[in-house]
Formats: sequence, structure tokens, C-alpha cells
Amino acid sequence: MTGYYMRLAFKSFRRNPGLTALMVGAIALGIAVCVMTMTVFHAMSGNPIWWKGDRLYAVTMDNWDPNDVYDHQHPALAPPMMTYKDSKFLAQSNIPERKVIMYKVNSIVTGGTAEKRPHHVISRATSADFFAMFDIPFEYGSGWVAAADEGPEPVIVISHKENQILFGGGNSVGRNILWNNTQFRIIGVLKEWSPQPKFYDLNNGPFDVPEDAYVPIGWGPSLQLLSAGSSNCWKPEPLDSFEEFMNSDCVWIEMWVELPDAKSRERFQNFMDGYWSDQHAAGRFPRARRNQLTPVGQWLIDQGVVENDNRVLVGLSFAFLAVCLINTVGLLLAKFLNGAAITGVRRALGASRRQVFHQHLVEVGVLASIGAVLGLILSAVGLGLVHALYASARFGEPGGFQELTHFDTASVIWAVILAIVATLVAGLYPAWRIGRLPPAVYLKSQ
Amino acid sequence: MLKMQNVGKVYRTDLIETHALRDFSLEVAAGEFVAVTGPSGSGKTTFLNVAGLLETFESGQYFLDGKDVRGLSDDARSHLRNEKIGFIFQGFNLIPDLNIYDNVDVPLRYRRLKQTDRHERISSALELVGLASRVKHMPSQLSGGQQQRVAIARAIAGDPAFLLADEPTGNLDSLMARQVMDLLEQINEMGTTIVLVTHDPELARRAHRNVHVVDGQISDLKAYEPRAVPA
Repeated sequence: MTGYYMRLAFKSFRRNPGLTALMVGAIALGIAVCVMTMTVFHAMSGNPIWWKGDRLYAVTMDNWDPNDVYDHQHPALAPPMMTYKDSKFLAQSNIPERKVIMYKVNSIVTGGTAEKRPHHVISRATSADFFAMFDIPFEYGSGWVAAADEGPEPVIVISHKENQILFGGGNSVGRNILWNNTQFRIIGVLKEWSPQPKFYDLNNGPFDVPEDAYVPIGWGPSLQLLSAGSSNCWKPEPLDSFEEFMNSDCVWIEMWVELPDAKSRERFQNFMDGYWSDQHAAGRFPRARRNQLTPVGQWLIDQGVVENDNRVLVGLSFAFLAVCLINTVGLLLAKFLNGAAITGVRRALGASRRQVFHQHLVEVGVLASIGAVLGLILSAVGLGLVHALYASARFGEPGGFQELTHFDTASVIWAVILAIVATLVAGLYPAWRIGRLPPAVYLKSQ
Repeated sequence: MLKMQNVGKVYRTDLIETHALRDFSLEVAAGEFVAVTGPSGSGKTTFLNVAGLLETFESGQYFLDGKDVRGLSDDARSHLRNEKIGFIFQGFNLIPDLNIYDNVDVPLRYRRLKQTDRHERISSALELVGLASRVKHMPSQLSGGQQQRVAIARAIAGDPAFLLADEPTGNLDSLMARQVMDLLEQINEMGTTIVLVTHDPELARRAHRNVHVVDGQISDLKAYEPRAVPA
């Protein structure tokens, strides 16, 4: 009977095209607004490396001022970065399957076939496991081996975009470029890769795009490169040289480890705690012990990536959808009651209340499906507009909100489910109501 | 076939109680053609709605084809209505955006018959009323008489035991009214029991039996010269 009811639904739409268009429009608009805000919210709150949700951990230790917490809003959290000396020590452990210590640096890049003039590139000094740990895809070549970190070897990995700029997108592996006036050999070119949020370094904007060049971590001290991200200090101590900075209690290094199971996690936690105890006994770590291994999902929450404003916006968009659906309920009631005489005839000819309910619910379903499709189109257009709007609003290097407006499969599935379920729920009452009308009244009035 | 005993039907509002049927008793045998007459507001249509299971009743008993219909669920009543009863209305009540074929198809759909079976029944019903060539026409493209013949085809397509007609000629001119009555007589002769509600004494005279209703009660039972009741 569902096929028959679908045919009747389309006939019913033709009977009241204006009213039908109004209802489809209301559903589509409500859905579009919801999907747009949900897409942005989903991108902002989603774990971009969810498949490693139980393996990747941000490593933090509370070495902060004994008289003041690092973050007054979250006093239980350690600073989100590590000191150089602590991270170097922990990175010696063989317990993690992979470990990374890193920081963002500024660089000037010269070279390439495109005769590009020297230009500023945001880079990252990182240890070798960075690429494998975060499943970063390569277009050409690969990353470096751990030994290259200490040398350090003059090898560099560049982004897809930088490769476009320098070599027009061709295979540049083996080519040399000048990076901060030092000659580096390109050993890898990344495919386009932009995790949102940029979970591995949330400083300076959680929705920044990743860096465009990566060099072994040893180049940081070797070239005495200061952090282009955050460097936070609390202790009155001499910081006149890079050496003193590296040995200070300033935090500026991001550290991540990949621990494959609970056992290795426990072992690494013990390793951290043991190190903390030794340092504490030596007069460091004056605050209570907060040696934290934080999985990515919790890390994003702790660092306040999803702000309350976004939640309020999602709430408002659902409220708007509710208003649209309430209007749709009213219009559906008017439409169904307008056809009460025909329903009366159907009842007289043998349709039960259940069948009348089913028929009208199918009509609501068809209406919801059309509304969902239109809502998706409107959402795509809306997100496209947001994307275009922010194209010219990038700060310095690319990034920002553009990356949040991708219309992903999850959003499409969400939209369809949302539209159909929401409209069916909205249509339950009108469909039920029409089945309860006494048919005899309408048979005389037809 | 149809047996009502002391049936009572009351319409209630906040202020008024209207006894549409009171102690209404009537028995219609299989194959009979009964005319129900009476002034406006006498309860004729209420009787028809109760008989057609479109409305429930407060008191008394009603047996349709031997089955006690009191207390049946809506599903059971609808199923019984679809299988046993065909309706013909004064205003034809065709569904305006369905063509003739699809209009006749409506009760058969609710019976969940196979398409071939439905097609056979629709064709033969439209053949009987002389409109087999108009299957693709919309109701608005037909005259009043033709529309009522489609309504009759729709009522008999499911092969009901029982036809309930409410002023079926009320909206027709005399020639078309006669054609419709001829058709109803023909259907009755084929074995279908018919209960006809009418104001028109001429039409009532063509029935086997005439039941007069006043104030929700049967006032007398007049048997006109009966036509041959099929065995």
C-alpha cells in the first residue's frame, strides 16, 4: 500500500501546490539552518583522528608557579605545553610506540623551479614519528628516520601547497631549497592534509591550517629558532641565551605519544611519575603532581575548542527548526482538513483509521524527503557562501573558518535523518487527527 | 442480512441531546430492495450511517450478515464495511483528482486484491454501468448521471452483499434519475440487497418495501406491490 499512498501523496501535492511549496520551503529552511550550524559545530567539536582516539595522548606535566595556577578556568589542568628539558627526557622512553616533541617556527624559504622570491613559511620542527603518528598522507617520498633528529640532517618535508608554489606540484623529492639560509634536501611532499581542529597544536587558533614545512627537531637548537607559537614562562630565571631558554621552566614544546594499550599507558604514566618524583626531590615541580596523558577527544574539550557560543548557536538553530516544524504542523493540519471530505469517502469505502493514518504519514514522509533534498541544496549553497565570505578573511597564512565549511558525508546523512524524522514527528498529529474525523459529517458536505 | 433491534443513537453537545434514532428496529432480508422515506431530520441518514458502520450506536443490537457489530474495533468495522457494503451518495463523492478507473479501484485497494483481480472487477463494473470506454476520464469530464454511474460501479466493484444509497438521484434530472434507478434495479435483480434512502415517493414505489421514519423511529411499514424477490 505504501507505493499507492506515495502516488496519492503526489496527487495531493498537485491539488495544493502553493501550500505544498510553503511546507517544503519551511522544512528546507529549518533543515538548512540546522545543517549549516551542525556542520560547523561538527567540524569544531569532532575528533579529526578519531580512529586513534584510544592510542594518541597529549603529554603534560604541571611545572607551573607554586603560587598561581596556569589556567584559572581549569585549575586541575597542567599547562598544555612542556619545557624543552622535560620533553627531551620523556622522549627518550621506549615505552610509547611513537613519540613526538615539536614546536612551530618561522622560516624563510628560497628555491624551487618557479623562481619564487624568498618567502615566509610557517614551519614545524618535529621529531621523526610525527608523520606516522598522525597518519599524514604523502604525495611523494616520505618522512625522515629518528636518527635524522639528532644530527640533525638537513632534510625537509613540504606541504602540497608549498610544493605547488616552489615546483608547480611536480615531484620535488631530492631537490634542494634554502630554509632559513641553510640548504635542505626535500625528502617528502605531503598530500593535502588539514585536520580540523588542528589538535596537535591548538595554540594561536585551533582552526589554523597545518604548517607548510617540517624539519627534524634538532634544527631548533641548532639554528636557535625560537617558537613561533606560544612560549610561557613563570619563573624569574635568566633567559639571555637560547641555551638558558632551553634549560628554563618556560613551556613551549608540544609532546604527543602513541600508546597502543592500557598496559603501555600505565607504564608510561609510571615513567612520568617517577621522573616527576626525582625532579620534585631536586626542587622542581613545586605544585601537586599533575602528570597527564590526555586522549585527543578530551584534549579538545580541556582546551576549550568548542566554545559555549557554538552550543548556543546550535540550540538556536534547533529552535528555528522547531518554529519551522510547528508552522508545518499547522499547514499540514489545514491541508489534511481541507481534504477531509475525500478522507470521508475513503473511510466509507473501507479505509480504517490506521490506513488513513498510514496514508497521511506517507504523504508527510514524501514531503519530508523533498524538504530534506531542498534543505541539503540550501545548506550546500549557504556553506558555499560562508566559504566564499571567509576566503578573503584569512589572517596571515591560510586557515580560519574556511576549513570548517566542508559539506561532509556525515552532515548529509545527518540532514536527511533530521529532516525525515523531524517532519514525521511533526506530521504525526495531523495524520492522527485526520483519521479521527467522523466520516459521515464530510460525506454529506462533499 | 441486516437486523437492527431497538437501536438508539444520540448526538450530544454541551447543551442539547438529540435522539436521532430511538428503538429503531428493522430487518432486511437478502436480496430485498427497501426504500427508507421520511421528512428531513427524521433520522434516515443516521440510520444509513449506522447501517453502513460509519457511526456507532448507544443501545440496541445490530447484526450485519449474521455478525453482531457492536463493540467491533475500527479495523474490524472498516474491514466489514469494505467487504459487505457499497455506498452510493447523493453528491456522487467521486475523488476529483483520480480518473474513473482509479476511483473504482479505491475500495479494492483496501481489500488488498491482486492487480489482475482488481482490473477484472473494475472492468466488469464499468462495463455494467456502460462506462468502460471512459476509464481515463476525470470525474469533472462526466455528466452528473455518468458520475453517479461511476459511483455505482465503485460501490459494486467489490461485490458487496449490501448497497446503501442515500438520495442517489437527488442531484439528477428525471431522465438520468430513471436511468440510475433502472441500474439499481438491475443490480438488485443480480442478488445485491439494496437499502435506498429517498424523499421521492415515485422512487420509493419502485422498491419491494417502503419503511417510513419519523423522529428516529419507524412509523409504519408499507409493502408496495412487490417485484419478484430473487430466490
